[in-house]
Amino acid sequence: MTDALWYLGRGTGVVSLVLLSLVVVLGIATRSGRPLAGMPRFAIGALHRNASLLAVLLLGIHVGTLLADPYAQLRLVDLVVPFAGRYRPLWLGLGTVGLDVITALVATSLLRHRLGQRSWRAVHWLAYLCWPVAVLHSLGTGTDAGQGWLRGVVVVCVGAVVGCAGWRISEGFGARPGRGAGDHSGQSTVVRQATARSGGR
Amino acid sequence: MTAQRLHIDWTRCDRRGSCAELLPELFAEDPWGYPLARDGSREPAVPPELARHAKRAVARCPRLALRLTG
Amino acid sequence: MTAPALTRPRLLGGPPGTPFAGVDLASHHGRHGPLPAAAGLVEAVRAAGLTGRGGAAFPTWRKLATVAEAAARTGRDPVVVANAAEGEPASRKDRTLLRHAPHLVLDGLRLAASAVGARRAYLYLPPGYADGMRAALAQRQGSGWDRLPVELVGAPPRFVAGEESAVLARVEGRPAVPADRLRPVAESGLRGAPSLVQNVETLAHLALVARHGSDWFRAAGTAEEPGTFLATVSGAVARPGVYEAGCGVPLAELLSMAGGPAAPVQAVLVGGYHGVWLPGSRLDTPVSRAGLAPFDGAPGAGVVVVLPDGACGLRAAAGIVSYLAEASTGQCGPCRNGLPVIAQEFAALATATRGSDRADSGSADRPVDPARIDWLARLVTGRGACRHPDGTARLVGSALRAFDGEVRRHAAGACTEGSAA
Repeated sequence: MTDALWYLGRGTGVVSLVLLSLVVVLGIATRSGRPLAGMPRFAIGALHRNASLLAVLLLGIHVGTLLADPYAQLRLVDLVVPFAGRYRPLWLGLGTVGLDVITALVATSLLRHRLGQRSWRAVHWLAYLCWPVAVLHSLGTGTDAGQGWLRGVVVVCVGAVVGCAGWRISEGFGARPGRGAGDHSGQSTVVRQATARSGGR
Repeated sequence: MTAQRLHIDWTRCDRRGSCAELLPELFAEDPWGYPLARDGSREPAVPPELARHAKRAVARCPRLALRLTG
Repeated sequence: MTAPALTRPRLLGGPPGTPFAGVDLASHHGRHGPLPAAAGLVEAVRAAGLTGRGGAAFPTWRKLATVAEAAARTGRDPVVVANAAEGEPASRKDRTLLRHAPHLVLDGLRLAASAVGARRAYLYLPPGYADGMRAALAQRQGSGWDRLPVELVGAPPRFVAGEESAVLARVEGRPAVPADRLRPVAESGLRGAPSLVQNVETLAHLALVARHGSDWFRAAGTAEEPGTFLATVSGAVARPGVYEAGCGVPLAELLSMAGGPAAPVQAVLVGGYHGVWLPGSRLDTPVSRAGLAPFDGAPGAGVVVVLPDGACGLRAAAGIVSYLAEASTGQCGPCRNGLPVIAQEFAALATATRGSDRADSGSADRPVDPARIDWLARLVTGRGACRHPDGTARLVGSALRAFDGEVRRHAAGACTEGSAA
């Protein structure tokens, strides 16, 4: 039984990491304000939200099974207070930090309309802290740490997120092409050039 | 009963485009991607049959730039 | 309907050109009498029909009543703000009032504060006027004339800095840019408190209505638009300056107060940079909302700029449109993107072309179509936190109509001013 819990805990941990990486990628895609893979923009936002809720669910199972597993030596206090654990405290602590930040991210997002844009945004930037913490936690804590397959998964996740983050901070990120000119048939070069000069913004 | 209207906070709008996608009956897009009310008004009126979609557009705007009044 | 001629200026009485001539509280007392009580002020202002002189012409009594009612309802202490920002480049009337009648303005501020129950007041003023106003305030405090604490707040020299929500933002210590508003500032303004933001000229009129009553106020102007207003007349006139006239004064009479046109009049810009162009043949137009409505305009803050024959109206307008595009605070997409394009197209239109033979080409590869400018102007109208794009669109549309002859001349490669570009 404890073996089953251990496998479940590790398995959901890995899937959570993959999902979290996907969530970050989708978050950047949402922020870009561009359609993706044929999906309209509102759908990308919805996908980002749903993926994050799924990630939270899996994270919940990950934490729950490890709490139940005596081998993991995980206590309730370790879910909130980092670096005080019994088993690999540093790496576990990173997991705690990640969990706490994700809780804040999701809670503020669910209450976004009540909190207002500024407060929500301030907390949401922590996502860029949360994800590397999750990666380090995965590499350091689990008993699969040294395994090739895990390393491969991490490499793919890191590649995707770092690639997207690089695009996020690049110059081209903000310049979104405008849609058609509506009723007006054909823009003059003046309009196009002036639009480009103002950065499209 | 006064119709509900959609108030746009132009200082927040960043042409993310969700509103034009979720409420194509009310919004087109201008050449720069910003929402353009099809009825030409400052705050487009929301007919009752679109109320549900308008609420969704308000909830889904990534910049919280939309508000339903009335 | 002709308005009765103004026999004696009401607001400006001191000798012109004397800096801060009206700082002397004693002479202010001598001229206008003591500070009256504020009892019954809102009713008197309503009967007088005083409207805002900052441009929007909102009924003053209604603003006062809204602030007072909101304060009573919410239990929040209201505030009053005297707005002398005068970001309009062609306007000098507010500065003139601060120079020549600061006590009249401060009396109005004091009375308005009493009427709405405010214990805090602010004076939002352009650079260079703080010292003079501080001296005036010191006189009032020292002599016991008026102990209302008035905080001076510097207004940046920007066009939109005088917009109501921009004023309150600056008073709150934030940049003077307009804000998105769901409710009027009279209900919820400075940090949520009911806020009365009033142009200094309106306050000056208010101070006189409190002393002389509504009948006296209505002795000038028209029945629908009573009272006097300050006009800043500039351009091709003999004596550019600030002049006081009754609402509804014929434009020609206003120009003759300023010494008359210096040259035959081609067109007159009425209402400032967000106003409309009247053709030189329509100088009989009364300067009032009713008189200017057929031109889709309004007196605004009383700015009048005269364009003489021989000047290119398109070039004059293009300069204004470029200024307005630069004046955008950049907060709102349609304004930030649309106004520069309108300015650029208008500038191209203002440059005489010779068909395909363009000396300064490199931008448009085909002649600029005024219909496209009109379309852009309509595109930005009503789509911003403030009315800057709307006002710019109004000016642009009016210029295209008023100078359509010039547009045709430019299309044929000629220009009233002779040389191309």
